Formats: sequence, C-alpha cells, structure tokens
Amino acid sequence: MEHIRAHVLICAGTGCISSGSKRVQAALEKQLAELGLDKEVKVVETGCHGFCEMGPLVIIYPEGVFYVRVQEEDVKDIVEQHLYKGRVVERLLYKEPMSMERIPKYSDIDFYKKQMRLVLANCGHIDPEILEEYIAVGGYQALGKALTDMTPETVIAEMKTSGLRGRGGGGFPSGMKWEFTAKAKGDKKYVVCNADEGDPGAFMDRSVLEGDPHRVIEGMAICGYAIGADEGYVYVRAEYPLAIKRLRIAIKQAEEMGLLGDGILGSSFNFHIKIKEGAGAFVCGEETALLASIEGRRGMPRPRPPFPAISGLWGKPTNINNVETFANVPQIISQGGEWYASIGTERSKGTKVFALTGRINHTGLAEVPMGITMREIIFDIGGGIQNGKKFKAVQIGGPSGGCLPEELLDLSVDYDSLIQAGAMMGSGGLVVMDETTCMVDVAKFFLTFTTSESCGKCTPCREGTKRMLEILERITKGEGRIDDIALLEEMAKNIKASSLCGLGQTAPNPVLSTLKYFRHEYEAHIHDKRCPAGACADLASYQVTEACKGCGLCKKACPVDAISGELKGLHVIDQDVCIRCGACLAKCPFKAIIKG
Amino acid sequence: MKSLEDLKRLQQQVKAKTSLRHAAGTQVIVGMGTCGIAAGAREVMSAILNEIAKRNLEDVTVRQTGCIGMCEKEVLVDVVRVGQPRITYGRVTAENVPTIVAEHVVNGRIVEELVVAKIEE
Ligand SMILES: Cc1cc2nc3c(=O)[nH]c(=O)nc-3n(C[C@H](O)[C@H](O)[C@H](O)COP(=O)(O)O)c2cc1C
Ligand code: SF4
Ligand code: SF4
Ligand code: SF4
Ligand code: FES
Ligand code: FES
Repeated sequence: MEHIRAHVLICAGTGCISSGSKRVQAALEKQLAELGLDKEVKVVETGCHGFCEMGPLVIIYPEGVFYVRVQEEDVKDIVEQHLYKGRVVERLLYKEPMSMERIPKYSDIDFYKKQMRLVLANCGHIDPEILEEYIAVGGYQALGKALTDMTPETVIAEMKTSGLRGRGGGGFPSGMKWEFTAKAKGDKKYVVCNADEGDPGAFMDRSVLEGDPHRVIEGMAICGYAIGADEGYVYVRAEYPLAIKRLRIAIKQAEEMGLLGDGILGSSFNFHIKIKEGAGAFVCGEETALLASIEGRRGMPRPRPPFPAISGLWGKPTNINNVETFANVPQIISQGGEWYASIGTERSKGTKVFALTGRINHTGLAEVPMGITMREIIFDIGGGIQNGKKFKAVQIGGPSGGCLPEELLDLSVDYDSLIQAGAMMGSGGLVVMDETTCMVDVAKFFLTFTTSESCGKCTPCREGTKRMLEILERITKGEGRIDDIALLEEMAKNIKASSLCGLGQTAPNPVLSTLKYFRHEYEAHIHDKRCPAGACADLASYQVTEACKGCGLCKKACPVDAISGELKGLHVIDQDVCIRCGACLAKCPFKAIIKG
Repeated sequence: MKSLEDLKRLQQQVKAKTSLRHAAGTQVIVGMGTCGIAAGAREVMSAILNEIAKRNLEDVTVRQTGCIGMCEKEVLVDVVRVGQPRITYGRVTAENVPTIVAEHVVNGRIVEELVVAKIEE
C-alpha cells in the first residue's frame, strides 16, 4: 500500500514538448527513483495550460507551486529541494513582467487571475490519456444524466436556455441548430465536430483536444442523443498529430468502458465516433466543404440552403459544431442552462477561449467571460505590450476579422459589439500589434492568406481578392494612386456581396477595418510616399538627427557611400544614393539615426 | 459500465487520484529543515505515509516545511484539521506516528503529551 503525497504535473502539450518537457520528465522520473521518492510522488503528464511561452511548465501539488522554463538541469533542485525538503526553488518561479516579483502560486499569476476557465478547467490538470482522471473530476456524468434523467427534447431545451452560440466563428445559437437537426426527417443522422482550425495563429481547438479529449467526445455523444444520431465524425487537420493520437486513445478507452458504442450506460442509445484527418486547407473548415471532404470528395463549398441540418453527410441531416462548442456541452447539462446563461452578456453567453499572439508579453491561451474588455485581455491577462512599446491595434477574428484601434480598447468582447465595430469573434485568434506595425502591411498579410486559400470556385473571390492584393502591394511600394482607396472599397463591397461562401464574403474585412480606423496610414503611403510605422521597406527613409556626434561609424558601415560628413561634424544621408539597408542605424552608438 | 450508478461509484473510487490537486481535508506537515532531516524527519515522513496508506485515508495531504526556529525540538510535525488550530508536535519519532494519526488525524483528539505549540489561524 502506498500513499501519494505529491503530484508533479508536467505539461505535455505541443508547445511544452517542443521546448523540452519530455526530457525534463525523463530526468525527473529517474531522480525520483534514485531517491526512493517514486512511491510517494506521482508524475502526471497533462495538456496545455495556455502559458506555452513560459514552458516547459511544472506544477507541484498540493502546494500548487508553479515552475516555468524548467530544463533538465533544474530537475535536481526540484527533487532535492522541493520534493524532499519542501523548499520552493525561487529561481524557477514565474516573474511578473511589470513588478518583477516572483510568484509561487499558480492561481496568483495575473495571467490566470482574470480568466474564467470552464472549457479549459481540466486542461493542464488531468492526464488526457487516462480516462479515470477525467471521471475523477466528474467526467461523463452529464452524459449519464442526459441518458438517465432527460429526454432528447429536454436536452435541447437546456441548450437553448444556456444561450450557447457556436464557437467556430459565426455564433449561431447551438440549441436552435440542434433542434433543426432533431426535427429534420431522416432514418440516419450524423454529428460532426469541426476541428479543422484553419485560422493562422489559432490553437484553442488543438489544445482542448490534446488536453481534455473526453470532454469533446462527451459533448458529441450528448448531441447525438439529443438529435437522434448514432454516428459522429471528428474532422481534424493532419498537422495535429498529438491531438489525433490523444483523441484516438480517448475514443478507445470510452468504448472499453461502455461510454461509447452500443447501449451506452445500459440505455438503448448507441453512438460511435470516427476520426477523419483533413489535409489542412483553410476552406475545408467551411461546413459544406468539410462534409464533402469527409465523403471523400474535393473540399469545396456548395451553396446553402439546403443547410447540413437538413441535408448533410451523404444527404442525411447532420449537426456540425466546433470543438469548443461541444466542449461547453457537458457542463451545461450537468450545471444547467440557467447557470451557463448567468455568465457573459445579454446576447453572448458563457466564456470564450482566445489565442493571444503578437507583440504582447504573455502569448498563450486565455479563457475569459464574454463581455470582458479588450483592454483587460491585452493588458491584465496578456501582460501588456512587449519592450514597453505603444499599443497600436488588435486584430481579432482571424483572416475574416478586423483590426481595432486604441479608442476601442474598452469595447466589450461579445459577438455583436465586435461585428458592430467591423471585426468579428471568429474562432478566437487575437493578434496584438504595436506602433512599429504598418496597417496597410497587415491588411496585405491577411489578403495574401485568403487569396492563396481561395478554392477558386467563384470569380469574385478568386479574381477579386487577387486584384485587391495587387493594389495593396502597389501602395506599400509607394506606387499607390489617388483613387486606390475608393477602388479598394468598391471591390470589397462587390466581393462580399457576390461570393459563394464565408471565405470570400469576409476576405475584404481586414482591408475595410484598417481603412475605417487607419485611413491616414493608407493616405500617407499614397500621397506622401511615407510609411508612418517605418515598416514598409520600400518607403522607409533614414535620417541623421541633431544627436549626431560625428563619430563617422555610420559612414564606414554604409555599403553604398551614401553618408557624408566631417569627423565631429553633423553627418547627412543622401536619399538618392541610400538603398535603405539599415546598416547605419544599427551601427550608430548615439541613436542619432532614425527611420521613418 | 452498465448505468449512471456504476459511473458514480467509479467516480468515488478514483476521486482520490486527482483530489490532491484540489486540496481541502486534513494536512500533516513535516519539518524538513537541515536539522529536521538530521533528527530523522525522513523516517517520520515515511512512517506517516505508511500509516495513512494502511488506513486508506483519502482526504489527508502530507507536506513539508523548512526551518521554523525550534530546531532543538525536531522532529517537528504539524497537524491542521479544517477549522481547528494548527498543532505542532515536537521530538516526534516513527514510533509516535501511529498514535498521532489514529488519535488526531482520524479522531480529532490532540495528543497532548507531544504538543509543543498551538497556532490559531
Ligand atoms: C472559410 C471558412 C473557414 C472556416 N473554418 C472553420 C474552422 O476551422 N473551424 C470551425 O469550427 N469552423 C470553421 N468555419 C465555420 C464553419 O463553417 C461552421 O460554421 C462551424 O463549424 C459551425 O460550428 P459552430 O456552430 O459550433 O460554430 C469556417 C467557415 C468558413 C467560411
Ligand atoms: S468564396 Fe472563395 S473559397 Fe468560397 S467558394 Fe467561392 S472561391 Fe471558393
Ligand atoms: S540605410 Fe544603408 S544605404 Fe542608406 S545610408 Fe544607411 S547604411 Fe547607407
Ligand atoms: S554613427 Fe551616429 S553619431 Fe556617428 S556620425 Fe553616424 S550618425 Fe553621427
Ligand atoms: S503546451 Fe505547455 S502550456 Fe501550452
Ligand atoms: S531546522 Fe527544524 S526547526 Fe529549524
């Protein structure tokens, strides 16, 4: 008989594995065994905590002490100091970027304080490859409750009460979608989970699948019961091998336990789940293209209606939801729709997981209640802008979203406010930009993405986005024409109105929103041939300021002899000769050269 | 599993697997400062873990602490029951452990002859 007195949680999410968590784990297990502590200390592999940038992460319970950036050589101290003597290893604690204070406890770190982790509650806290760990924290109780105490109608009613809206982008009320599929005529119905996650920078669905796969399975099974389906598919992109592996293990374990398969928990409900690996084209995330891809056809959208709820997989009624949407279901059923509806805003209920990237101190995954402000997400949770730079814009909603300026930082983050501001929730990608980012360049970046991902089926999307991209390229090169802005606006309107699927219908959004809030930057590029952020290489110019001490270092560094000046005298750059390589700026010891 | 009842029973059985991560329950804290270890804190800790395992106590967490400045009274063991003062036992040996666990941890009766301090928290 043994008594476990400590749990050491090691993050085994994709981020931490790539920063070395497997090596840390091996070293830890070895040293525990050497000291004879392996019988009283348990090592648990978990999914992502969302703080990947600080990985590999190690958390020790019962104290809840949180170690960051742990390397193999740190293991000795963790074992000998912490696990043997109970002394916290100060140097491995997380340091708050503002106060530079070291914070021992997981729950006291700013990054987690303002979050509300419901969907991610187990991520990073249970071993996703062991079903018992999920059951220990109440897993599959909601499915049991639905099958034992509820009818399909009451499950749907509960979903409607919750107010949950789809987390895949559009925000369609999930309860209503379930009801349509339940009422649709058909002997056979399907449940499909959209785990394509094509937005650049987004990784929330991957983290949920890697860190808590059973939650998604449970949500799908409850959906199957509610709509009368006995078969489900998870469509995952093949670039997510770890998510696929963990999902496979989870499905197998659930089947062995009688939580999936025939006659689940002694009821007459049967439900089977299959995994379909997608090739990872962005357009395959669009629901009709995704269904075509599962059927083995080329992933191209088709006009709707008929909606999948009426005619989906192989023509049968099909309910398709996003990973995060399904992950919300178990707690809605176990805690009730009313409880869920008490979180969030009037028309956006519950929480949303965001992937924070770009120029902020804490990149990572954050789950927040709807209605929180953008400022709280970026400054309180995200820890503010890197290197003390100034905030410029936040891009939200992926390639179909928009850029919001400083003035809108106090905007409530919910479906409707975002749409009103010209952005959208999307799947939850959040890219923060600082003063050195050029907004024309950002629009160009997203349009480059959509142009190359357009499936080519309809002309406005295929040709139109290309023409828009050409115009943007011209502007960033300093060759913009007076009527370019008007042309961009007109094309955007036409493409939005005449494209077949959501990709084309939203592709111009980044251009429109940057034009709305950062029009002056476009104008500076076009009229003054200047890039205010100093980001467009073709428009940058280098100037020597009064701070010049005449040391002559820049002159030596210049590859084309564009700089002239006497020793101890003010130097000047001949703009006609300068090739804008930036070498002089890097060399000047007195920061006398500026780029603008 | 054949029913929701089975599932609930299984949850009860495996709950302890993650309960350490949600804290609560009684805490036993062993002083593992340098002189604590020299005085045999490690043996006392092992004895505590054994005793808890033998009695299959689920809601007990065992932790360590460093020097608290009563080195001459080592080995020091604290017991904290929810809602009660923190009791510090001194000069604890492995032989004392079954008594402390049986009396205090399980039944809530303080083993007065070993107490060196009481801290209201
Ligand atoms: C071009 C395009 C790409 C999409 N990519 C995804 C995706 O990667 N994941 C996703 O869940 N939904 C994606 N969607 C939305 C889906 O079509 C669909 O609305 C969603 O999966 C429905 O689930 P929900 O109601 O739970 O949000 C995409 C839509 C479009 C138009
Ligand atoms: S809008 Fe674009 S992605 Fe969608 S069907 Fe048309 S060409 Fe394909
Ligand atoms: S940017 Fe390059 S080319 Fe221009 S002045 Fe400086 S060193 Fe010379
Ligand atoms: S390196 Fe800087 S200080 Fe020196 S001459 Fe050039 S601009 Fe002036
Ligand atoms: S992968 Fe470890 S925190 Fe994200
Ligand atoms: S080392 Fe134990 S009280 Fe000082």
